[in-house]
Amino acid sequence: MKRKDFLYYTSMGMGALLMPKMGLFARPIDPLEALVERADAQAKKALADVALNEATAQGATYADVRIGRYLNQYVFTREKQVQGVSNTESYGVGIRVIVNGCWGFAATNNMTKEDIAKAAGQAVAIAKANAKIQGGSVTLAPQQGYGEVSWKTPIETNAFEVPIKDKVDLLLQVNSIAMENGANFVNSRIAAINEQKYFASTDGSYIDQDIHRIYPSFNVTVIDRASGKFQTRNALSSPMGMGYEYLDARPEDKVAGVVTRYKKRYDILEDVKAAAQNATEKIKAKSVEPGKYDVVLDPSHLWLTIHESVGHSTELDRVLGYEANYAGTSFLTLDKLNSKNFNFGNKLVNVVADKTEVGSLGAVGYDDEGVKCKQWDLIKDGILVNFQATRDQVHMLGENASHGCSYSQGWEDVQFQRMPNVSLQPGKTKLSVDDLIKDVEKGIYIIGDGSFSIDQQRYNFQFGGQVFYEISNGKIVGMLNDVAYQSNTQEFWNSCAGVCDESDYRLGGAFNDGKGQPSQSNAVSHGSATTRFNGVNVINTARNI
Amino acid sequence: MAILSKEEAQAILTKVLSFSTADECVASLSGTDEGNIRYANNAVSTAGAASTMSLSVSSVYGKKVGSASINEFDDASLKKAVERSEELARLSPENPEYMPMLGPQTYDESLTYAESTAAIDPAVRADMVAQSIQAAKDEKLEAAGFLNNSTGFRAMMNSKGLYAYNRNTNVSFSVTIRNQEGTGSGYTSNSFNDASKLSTLSMSKVAAQKAKTSAGAKAIEPGKYTVILEPLAASDLVGWILRGFDARSADEGRSFMSKKGGGTRLGEQLFDERISIYSDPLNPELPSPTWEGDGLPLKKTTWVENGVVKNLSYSRYWAAQKGVDPLPSSWGMIIPGGNSSLEDMIKSTERGVLVTRFWYIRSVDPQSLLLTGLTRDGTFYIENGAIQFPIKNFRFNESPIIMLNNVEDLGKTERSGNILVPPMKIRDFTFTSLSDAI
Repeated sequence: MKRKDFLYYTSMGMGALLMPKMGLFARPIDPLEALVERADAQAKKALADVALNEATAQGATYADVRIGRYLNQYVFTREKQVQGVSNTESYGVGIRVIVNGCWGFAATNNMTKEDIAKAAGQAVAIAKANAKIQGGSVTLAPQQGYGEVSWKTPIETNAFEVPIKDKVDLLLQVNSIAMENGANFVNSRIAAINEQKYFASTDGSYIDQDIHRIYPSFNVTVIDRASGKFQTRNALSSPMGMGYEYLDARPEDKVAGVVTRYKKRYDILEDVKAAAQNATEKIKAKSVEPGKYDVVLDPSHLWLTIHESVGHSTELDRVLGYEANYAGTSFLTLDKLNSKNFNFGNKLVNVVADKTEVGSLGAVGYDDEGVKCKQWDLIKDGILVNFQATRDQVHMLGENASHGCSYSQGWEDVQFQRMPNVSLQPGKTKLSVDDLIKDVEKGIYIIGDGSFSIDQQRYNFQFGGQVFYEISNGKIVGMLNDVAYQSNTQEFWNSCAGVCDESDYRLGGAFNDGKGQPSQSNAVSHGSATTRFNGVNVINTARNI
Repeated sequence: MAILSKEEAQAILTKVLSFSTADECVASLSGTDEGNIRYANNAVSTAGAASTMSLSVSSVYGKKVGSASINEFDDASLKKAVERSEELARLSPENPEYMPMLGPQTYDESLTYAESTAAIDPAVRADMVAQSIQAAKDEKLEAAGFLNNSTGFRAMMNSKGLYAYNRNTNVSFSVTIRNQEGTGSGYTSNSFNDASKLSTLSMSKVAAQKAKTSAGAKAIEPGKYTVILEPLAASDLVGWILRGFDARSADEGRSFMSKKGGGTRLGEQLFDERISIYSDPLNPELPSPTWEGDGLPLKKTTWVENGVVKNLSYSRYWAAQKGVDPLPSSWGMIIPGGNSSLEDMIKSTERGVLVTRFWYIRSVDPQSLLLTGLTRDGTFYIENGAIQFPIKNFRFNESPIIMLNNVEDLGKTERSGNILVPPMKIRDFTFTSLSDAI
């Protein structure tokens, strides 16, 4: 079934909703609305060569150029009204050079050949000024030039080509369902991103990429005036490296259970109904008794725990101290890696880094320094086996090829090491969520991500969630409230008591993961199947003011 | 050059509005010249400069609104941005909350621009960073830091004749200094409009001292402690409070400012009577723009006086619904303090914890503004009026609303980021677990 038909037929059962006429879906979209114009690759190559030639002429031993057109579209609504419809577009060039063994970077949005040459000169001047406070020369891993190549996110429907009206109508329908099911307030939104990136370097690569991401989401609020309490429930969607097809709900992508969860297609209308019901139920739910529990974590929740405790701790720049002043360092060290026996977790814990998984936020053909992307192991049978690295770092691991982890959020920001997808591999033997729960005497089943905090070396963390279910003697017995769990990364991953098989594997992700100074945003997915951790410390977060 | 004068910005915006065919149109132009150096392990790691300017246009037909932004400025691109916003507006349904645009306004002259900051070039930046690195090297320590300076402008013009312009400068500096063994860590950070107020050397010496004195931390039991929060630590927590001073969320029953049974806590004694909070765009130590996004003038505003909530912010829409004057939310926050020095506070403490800063603070429960996070870069145990030894970092779960009811003492107010705040002595602060992080 096509999305338009799905929407239409779904709406038939929903009563008097704001439903567009079928004909509107067939309307050809205006280019002004769609933002789908593409700059010619040859024109970009000519501009890139200006920068490479100027940088080389002024003494650069290496240079790369990123010409980017970054398109964003946001539609925001609350209850019955559209709060904002916005298209943003940013076009410019960032030039990075090595002079006297030191990095320099400059960027401009003046796209004449003269201004680009000037920016290249500025990058060289910055490198020269900083060379006097440089500790040692930059060592780049060798990288072959790929010539003129291209890559595109494998999307079915470009979100920018879907009429705004479709998006508005869908979101207002989401809001209407929320209100009909007991919500007092609802906010919903769709964000679509298109990065049109052209990379060129003195290694001889000219790489044209067209990258798409989408994130539909909402949050509902239920108020109990008498008690002065309110509860919320956010969408169980995930940001994805996909087109608008993510919103084409399919039965095979639904995971049935106490709350329906989603794989590679999302049913936003179904989820918002459940959300309103969940938030209503949360108002009356039992406040948790603090203590030790076995926690069963759904992938819609676990992605964030993986992100914070495994993803960030295995970033080589943190290990080396480059993030000491902001994001922090890591409890993992080169010594622990080289020992080849550091038990990050128990034998059930296998974590891969990846830049290729279809539908993931991290999937690209080449990173932002022209390295072809791949997958590699971080944690193998519980043992730390590798980190995440870029061209100028990987020699410190004794390797001679970059992992392809370089990323910049825009043409005006310098690229640096950013997290690839970091995913917990599903269990190799058949295991369902029911199998995981049936052995639990005293536990909590957590769905959706909530509050999150972790220390600067990634030891001590605390996570909340969206909905919490009490497990008693192998059965879910009701909803809980005011739940957060605290643990230590190594202790936590060693308390892993079971990972469901691949039939339960799903992606979660962060649309805007912050790191670096000036801070930059990165989008990254984390896959997992439902996993149980035994004997985790749970606190009660309720307070009176 | 991305910094346009008042007249240059006016000329572009006048041209943009001339392309408009909508009922109402507003165009905003902003630009920044920015430069930075990032360093780690006593050497520069990345450095750069960027010059950016962007235009955003919102067009309105009736109550239908569309927005678009662009960063190309030839006539065709300007026209494209206007047309794109008009197209989006035509496609949008009516926003019943849309408020007609404001006409011309009068603004105070802002104090946000300082020539000393605008004059910083790559060589000056490199020298400022070299001083910080040297302070670490002199003590055989390792520095990681970030220096960023920017000069920017913002201009807005609408079809009702409103024109607003502001230019500003900012320099921000932060440094983490660690010992080579990785057993001690210190930190300082601050930002100023006027670069002459910044000394990267003296700040780095403070961080170096903390790195040395925090080494060899011992574990003590988590629990409730009297804490002395240095201005940075205090600002990390109190900065969350004014985010909840939005009248609409409070009226809607979904904020810690909502009252049981309905209504807001406006007029209630919410904090200890020693706590007052205000904002003032013309405060010379914390200057801010004198107009906000939709063109309303920003004026000195008292939010809390002697612990009593005096004002909540009202958007123009919500003010119209409630029959009150709109009041923009604050930019910056000022908490007057007392006369105690940090040393006085330590001397008067029988048993407590001195906190340099907090880290990774997140909301746990918006109903009570319960926050969680950790101490970082220098946490010390106090007994019998003196610092006894460095202690391992704690995770806390605490609400700044509860915290500002447990005030023991306030010191002298100073700038920490975008807040003027005193060091604070607070009783019964809740630490819930230990962290091994240094």
